[in-house]
Amino acid sequence: MLRKIRTAVAIAVIAILTFGFIDFAGVLDNPLLQKIQFGPALLSLSIVTLVCLIAATLLLGRLYCSVICPLGIFQDFFNWLSKKFDKKKKYGFKPEQPWLRWGVLAVLVIAWLCGFTFLVGLVEPYSAYGRMADELFRPVYLFGNNILAAICEKFGNYSFFKVALSLKSISAFVVALLTLLVIGHISYHHGRTWCNTICPVGTLLGFFSRFSLLRIRIDKDRCNHCLACQRKCKAYCIDSANQQIDYSRCVDCFDCIDSCRQKAISFGLAPRKSQTPTVDESKRQFLKSTLVLAALAPAALEAKVTGKKDTRVPMSPPGSVSHRNLLNHCTSCHLCVSKCPSHVLKPAGMEYGLGGIMQPVMKFDEGYCNYDCNLCSQVCPAGAIKPLTVEEKHKTQPGRVVFDINICVVNVNRTSCGACAEHCPVQAIHMVPFQGGLTIPETTPDLCVGCGGCEFICPVKAVHIEGNPIHLEAKAPQQDTVIETQDFDFGF
Amino acid sequence: MDRRDFLKTLAAAGALVTVKSSGMMDVMASTVPSGSQAAAADNADLAAVMNGEPAQMLEAAMKELGGIERFIKKGDKIVIKPNIGWDRTPELAGNTNPDLITALIKMCQDAGAAEIKVFDHTCDNWTRCYDHSGIEAAVKKAGATMVYAHEQSSYERVDIPKGVSLKNAQVHKAIIECDKWINVPVLKNHGGALMTCAMKNHMGIVWDRRAFHSRGLHQCIADICTYKPAVLHIVDAYRTVATNGPQGRSASDVVLTKALFASPDIVAVDTAAGKFFTQINKNIRFEDIEHIPDGQKHGLGTMDLESINVKRVRL
Repeated sequence: MLRKIRTAVAIAVIAILTFGFIDFAGVLDNPLLQKIQFGPALLSLSIVTLVCLIAATLLLGRLYCSVICPLGIFQDFFNWLSKKFDKKKKYGFKPEQPWLRWGVLAVLVIAWLCGFTFLVGLVEPYSAYGRMADELFRPVYLFGNNILAAICEKFGNYSFFKVALSLKSISAFVVALLTLLVIGHISYHHGRTWCNTICPVGTLLGFFSRFSLLRIRIDKDRCNHCLACQRKCKAYCIDSANQQIDYSRCVDCFDCIDSCRQKAISFGLAPRKSQTPTVDESKRQFLKSTLVLAALAPAALEAKVTGKKDTRVPMSPPGSVSHRNLLNHCTSCHLCVSKCPSHVLKPAGMEYGLGGIMQPVMKFDEGYCNYDCNLCSQVCPAGAIKPLTVEEKHKTQPGRVVFDINICVVNVNRTSCGACAEHCPVQAIHMVPFQGGLTIPETTPDLCVGCGGCEFICPVKAVHIEGNPIHLEAKAPQQDTVIETQDFDFGF
Repeated sequence: MDRRDFLKTLAAAGALVTVKSSGMMDVMASTVPSGSQAAAADNADLAAVMNGEPAQMLEAAMKELGGIERFIKKGDKIVIKPNIGWDRTPELAGNTNPDLITALIKMCQDAGAAEIKVFDHTCDNWTRCYDHSGIEAAVKKAGATMVYAHEQSSYERVDIPKGVSLKNAQVHKAIIECDKWINVPVLKNHGGALMTCAMKNHMGIVWDRRAFHSRGLHQCIADICTYKPAVLHIVDAYRTVATNGPQGRSASDVVLTKALFASPDIVAVDTAAGKFFTQINKNIRFEDIEHIPDGQKHGLGTMDLESINVKRVRL
């Protein structure tokens, strides 16, 4: 029964969460399930979410890993698939690998402190799933939609519309594909091994689930050591011979409950423990080493060479405050990338340096940032892009316009253009009289909101936006005097 | 077709031409009691209307021009092409007034149009433009079809034989496939073209607008207008973005001008609208709006408003 409930909830959660990533029509513009993920909540220090998730783990164990974590549910799917092909599939008991688990976590903490958030994002389970959804599942969904739209169009029905299918970034695509292959392989053959060795969220929640109030319990009197539960346990955490369960690894899948013919396994209150608490040496070691490295990290940061390869400063999305803030918080789940209606946000390559690979960067090849749109700031679960109201966004300057008159078609070809000024929502570029009745762009960078409309439309890229590593405030445009409406006639 | 059929057709055609040139048709027409065709000789070439609501002004203008039936026939597949370029509400006048579109759709439906499609290749994000302009809702409510234009696959490359700078362009299939189309621009200031109106509105039927900007905006605008001329141009000047166009920064750029210009002659309608506009924004000289004379050079119409039958109506 519990297992069925777990499965039903998990399916519903992953369906809604995935739809949040692949939906392009604005049906689910404020995906809530994305906001209760542990990894982003930790990086954004969303105390409420963290406290709730930890409290839930202290109460129920790592149920999070079975019904909220999309990567966990995704692995359960592969696990289920493997059982369809191999009816006799059996697991067993394996001892915990504390050094590996805590070692990986330690490396990630150090990497994060040194600004290599890329590494954290790579294994943070929600973000790893998000990238798969955005880079792999979304194109499939769009492709299906486009076929449907094309068929409808043939019959004169325009209820569905096509959406451009393009590769946002090769590196992000490759990373997502590798994640799919690696996680798929591990979960197909080795159950939840990933979650109990590599996954940082699994390690942290595993620490709390040791003390959970409700947990899987073996009735020692009923148990006849048949090993049925152990063979079912995809987390390899039931030691049936000794009637022991490693609660740090149990993900509350409840598969064991149904497997026990003796009805010796139940989920309930923990029996009184009489064993003396043992000191976990590895954990101590981990805490020690973390502290030492935390102390060393800032020095390492200082020493980092800040050589620039590209002369252009990348532009982080409005609301991200600064490159530093983005770097510290973004786990590259690509929810913003997937939600951006103008296809401006793209996974970065080396624009932000090594640490910021795959984090969102504004690119104006396919479109420009809509003046009144603040969607990316609303959906970010990690506080990497802080929520902005539309009014706040109008005052945010993530980058500034730069104009090169030597390339401009008006100057070079002596023809009229004005495409840049036409697209500027704040007249940070406006046209001023030039020679022979022509007009030429003039910039007021203080007004610029960095939307990139000018850069997108300029036929020769004489205008572009230079990112502000720390976002500035855009000045409000001066209000013009209202033209009197009375003194005109037909005029001809 | 064999020789006999050919000769028969030729004879019939010859007879028809003779009848027409001899004025027989007019005689025949005058015998029709309805009187709508009797007034044909008196139809205006250009109607300018002021001081009304969009639908009212449209009705008045069409009355002067001889009714929508002069331009479209029963069973025609019609495209209405407003300006929906920007993510702006109707009050900010960045796009054609939705009430005008509603009224025009009704008119076409009453005239027996078989199909009415509406689209524009927007500049801002298309879903937001279609939505916030109020045009998508107006079109759907009126029972016409809103067609999307945000995807390159909706466009086909066509030759522009008369083009000077623009020899070919990717034009929206709706325009290519329709029987007739009606151009419904909104009159606005424009940083580059100085004024955007009927001719400039053609940039919304093509895919790659950047080519226009790099090859000389005014000439390319004139060139694209030669591709498949609209049967009628209706200029919405109910609200006019007088400065900081074509988007306008705020309501302070918008003037409530309450005017409408309609004509089958694109050069004449832009001339009229241009002269109207340069009274509102006095910093712009009509002579500098180069694409209008370029259009005249193409033989698209006349800038000489004295030479055509102009009707001015004040409501």
